[in-house]
Amino acid sequence: MFQRLLIANRGEIACRVIRTARRLGIETIAVYSDADRDALHVRSADRAIRIGPAPARDSYLRIEAIMAAVAASGAQALHPGYGFLSENPDLAQACADAGCAFVGPSANAIRSMGSKIGAKRIVAAAGAPIVPGFHGDQDPAVLERAAQKIGFPLLIKASAGGGGRGMRIVTKAAEFASALTGARRESKAAFGDDDVLLERYLTSPKHIEIQIIADTHGNTVHLFERDCSVQRRHQKVIEEAPGPTISPALRARMGEAAVKAAAAINYTGAGTIEFIVENDEFYFMEMNTRLQVEHPVTEAIVGMDLVELQLRVAAGEALPFRQADVHANGHAIEVRVYAENPRRKFLPSTGKLAHVQFGPGVRVDTGVETGAEVSMHYDPMIAKVIAHGGTRAEAIGRLDRALAQTRIAGVEHNVAFLRQVLGSGSFLSGDYDTGLIAAAGASLIPVEETRLDEVAAVLFAQRRASESVWQRGDAFRVNLPHRQVVRIERDGRTRQVGIDGLEAAAAADGSDGAILVNIAGQRVPCGVCFDDDTLYLMQGGATVRIREVGIDVDHVAADMDGDGRVCSPMPGQIIAIHAQIGATVKRNQPLLVLEAMKMEHTILAPLEGVIERLPVKVGDRVDDGAELVVVVKQS
Amino acid sequence: MAVLRSKTDPRADAFAANALHHRALSADLRAVVGQIALGGDERSRARHTQRGKLLPRERIETLLDPGASFLETSQLAGHELYDDVVPSGGVITGVGRVSGRECVVVCNDATVKGGTYYPITVKKHLRAQEIALENPLPCIYLVDSGGAFLPMQEEVFPDRHHFGRIFYNQANMSARGIAQIAVVMGSCTAGGAYVPAMCDQAIIVRNQGTIFLGGPPLVKAATGEEVDAESLGGGDVHARISGVADHLAANDEHALAIAREIVASDATLYRATVACQAPAAPLYPADELYGVLPKDTRTPYDVREVIARLVDGSEFHEFKPLYGETLVTGFAHIEGMPVAIVANNGILFSESALKGAHFIQLADRRGVPLLFLQNITGFMVGKKYENQGIAKDGAKMVTAVACARVPKFTVVIGGSFGAGNYAMCGRSYGGRMLWTWPNARISVMGGEQAAHVLATVRRDGAAARGESWPEADQQSFMNEIRGQYDAQGHPYYASARLWDDGVIDPVDTRRVLALALSVACREPASLTDARFGIFRM
Repeated sequence: MFQRLLIANRGEIACRVIRTARRLGIETIAVYSDADRDALHVRSADRAIRIGPAPARDSYLRIEAIMAAVAASGAQALHPGYGFLSENPDLAQACADAGCAFVGPSANAIRSMGSKIGAKRIVAAAGAPIVPGFHGDQDPAVLERAAQKIGFPLLIKASAGGGGRGMRIVTKAAEFASALTGARRESKAAFGDDDVLLERYLTSPKHIEIQIIADTHGNTVHLFERDCSVQRRHQKVIEEAPGPTISPALRARMGEAAVKAAAAINYTGAGTIEFIVENDEFYFMEMNTRLQVEHPVTEAIVGMDLVELQLRVAAGEALPFRQADVHANGHAIEVRVYAENPRRKFLPSTGKLAHVQFGPGVRVDTGVETGAEVSMHYDPMIAKVIAHGGTRAEAIGRLDRALAQTRIAGVEHNVAFLRQVLGSGSFLSGDYDTGLIAAAGASLIPVEETRLDEVAAVLFAQRRASESVWQRGDAFRVNLPHRQVVRIERDGRTRQVGIDGLEAAAAADGSDGAILVNIAGQRVPCGVCFDDDTLYLMQGGATVRIREVGIDVDHVAADMDGDGRVCSPMPGQIIAIHAQIGATVKRNQPLLVLEAMKMEHTILAPLEGVIERLPVKVGDRVDDGAELVVVVKQS
Repeated sequence: MAVLRSKTDPRADAFAANALHHRALSADLRAVVGQIALGGDERSRARHTQRGKLLPRERIETLLDPGASFLETSQLAGHELYDDVVPSGGVITGVGRVSGRECVVVCNDATVKGGTYYPITVKKHLRAQEIALENPLPCIYLVDSGGAFLPMQEEVFPDRHHFGRIFYNQANMSARGIAQIAVVMGSCTAGGAYVPAMCDQAIIVRNQGTIFLGGPPLVKAATGEEVDAESLGGGDVHARISGVADHLAANDEHALAIAREIVASDATLYRATVACQAPAAPLYPADELYGVLPKDTRTPYDVREVIARLVDGSEFHEFKPLYGETLVTGFAHIEGMPVAIVANNGILFSESALKGAHFIQLADRRGVPLLFLQNITGFMVGKKYENQGIAKDGAKMVTAVACARVPKFTVVIGGSFGAGNYAMCGRSYGGRMLWTWPNARISVMGGEQAAHVLATVRRDGAAARGESWPEADQQSFMNEIRGQYDAQGHPYYASARLWDDGVIDPVDTRRVLALALSVACREPASLTDARFGIFRM
């Protein structure tokens, strides 16, 4: 076994790898970008090496920087984690060249699975089924014959494609010709190439993947499947093992196919073969030549540490078990807690985590803790929460309880949304497909909690209490009710809440930052966290963010004269500017475009007038609140 | 320090009966004040708010620090005083916390006769200024007033303590470095125009506040010039052209926010004039006061039962407990601030008066504020006592009270009759604040005594003239006197005329005293010796 391991990653996976390495007595070396100077993974490691500025392309994606860290640290092995360079064959090759063990498959294995078409060819040759399809001669007649053979419904996809452009679903043969023409026209326009491929269209597909592990001694073993069908825009949200609809027979067939596919490329280490499953039929999709985000559900049911196995295999050890030794025990479910706002189209949320606390009885893999920053530079995942139970129902119950007691403040998050999904009929039945979230639509979006406004108002009032007899927070009045109005802002809206005295707050003295509040006539615990002027109330997994707002003199004054100043609503980058200084603009006319968190935000003119200031240019990075443009009224 | 042990049994029948009686008095007080707090009638209020104005009490709420206390004074001013209903006397006054600093707030209520000044309005405004001057506290005037109430101009305009005194006070307070701030939120006509004009800083609300010596009707009558109020003396005129106002506000909220910032910019440093200690709650709950006080003011009880429910930890360092026992004197703390308490525990005898005079000197030398708990039927009368010279002993105590330089506070917790009122720091004795409980009675003597005295005088007169005075007539005469004394001795009657700073619920006494003490127990680190108030340029 190695003595020194470098982890070429960040966040929860880096922390998770460090944990196992530490248990095995291996010294750990973390790498970090400037944004991660004080990150948990840096603090968890024995030492850490800077690899560049915050953007991933300048740090975590730079092979030279990583290899320099390997050289500087004397690491004997490198764990790539997932994402970033984990499936980049050049890193595996660089490690091999430097005499450093790469904890993963060979560069060749990565390469052969890196091309989707190439991978399918290899896997098909090894006997695994692939989605019936056709990619070849572009003669319409040939394509039509191929379509007949594949059967309907069927998908026409642009070869060069992506993003749904040049894509058509054809439900019956008669529609094929016109759909083909349309798909080609679109593909040509979008990609300059009108080559298409045909594929069976699955109407109710499940995403089922098989975990495999292979050593350098010719042993390849599968560790059963994971059902990762709960997805939102192709992003996995909930994963579970075993798959609730997978029969033992299907499991055996899929496992065997996965092992064969891996063996066909002399795969070593941990890997995942992803299949689409519909009606007891399964088709190979792709292979991930790394550890998956959702590996903990497999670990839970098979009782193994996959990172340990990865390290042992990389160190040349043989797997300590054979297929027959692997047994599944109970059921495990993982949810991914993200910094995103379900009520705002899941817009990613950044900021300082004022408070992070997870419920009990579950495994939590996280790379953050209270005080950490969720930055715009990386994936906004806060944590993975994994529950294991004797049965699926028990696992769901345990996970839901833990989420209900999870308290996260500082950024928007999806915990309440995850609870909605866990509690939905489709999920509970187990018989769901990848369309679950899309089909449920708004019904899964948690509604804004408004019942805590009064609690917030009392807490704000109570917080004012000082040593002075003049300020006890209770708005003492001579012979009149001690009524006070607290002006609060929640979800962008301001409202006034009247409270009488501070009686309700007597119960608000919580030792662990929690108080008991009345909701719908029942007493329930509620987390409380103040971050400057912002109050977070955390109840049932949901977080309500409430600010007390005063009357902003400057704002009112500016309003009197018509404020034409627009500031950046969030940190981001200017990607387009539609107007110049001196231009006359109409109200709500688009002036510039800000890209933040992969979303484009168009900045509109606040009033009709002339652009007086425009202190930004395309490509500029701007902070939250930075001035973007000033429009002045023309008299 | 010695701790007072209550001998009251809260489970006794008498306690329950007392509590029922006094709770009803407090409930009545709260109901009356609640009605007064509404201000003018519904129509006036609706008209006021339709103009986009905040109601006066909303203005005060917006001005004050959220959650902070407001020590409102003279709530009952004008109560059943005139044929007109004048809630709060047409102006709301008190001490409140603005941007972390205690200020006197004077807020006209335009929903009450257009905010015009009745005689009682003037008296209340001047009293608020007096509180500001003595303590000293910045003044914030929320102006929305049509000026003097013309039908009563002779009681408003000409005398020493009439309307002009307001501006005299403003100039002299400004000279002493006591900030004078006006927020013009409505009319400021004629004499009223001098309130903002005499201030150090003035804010005016656009399209709402107006300041002019003569309004449009008067201008038309005088010169024939036709002009609308806004161009005559509106916000833009005064903020941009005349310079009468210094800040222009978009609306009430904005104006009040500016006022808060002005107060925040004051850098005056205050220093404590007394040594304070950590506060502690009394050992007995305040609401037991309801049960401690006898229903009938003539029933004697131990005033230490009251003290035990007012002072920190019920701790009381009593002075001369064995001498002149009808006056209880001693040192204690309220919310950590020291007080020297002088409390009646029966009629005043020579010994009690001497003890009182001694103790008041002691407190004055030590710089401890005095608190008088007044429940006094008077000095003892009769040959023995007069011959003993009770008048000169009483005079000693009155002299001590009159001349003590430490802040003095009085709470009338029962009767306030005759010369006892003087010895116990009645209104004339320059106390910083004087409060009354709902069960109190105040008059030169008790109604019963007055009825007898007057009946005797009349009977003697009749006898001297050789006339007879039928017994039935005597009874009805005496009943009339009793009725008159009863009505005029009622605390609402007294408070309506500003003989006190307000009637308070006994359970709030500790809080009210703490607020009053806290502003009295400090002084600005540097008093200005400027000769003039700030001139508006």
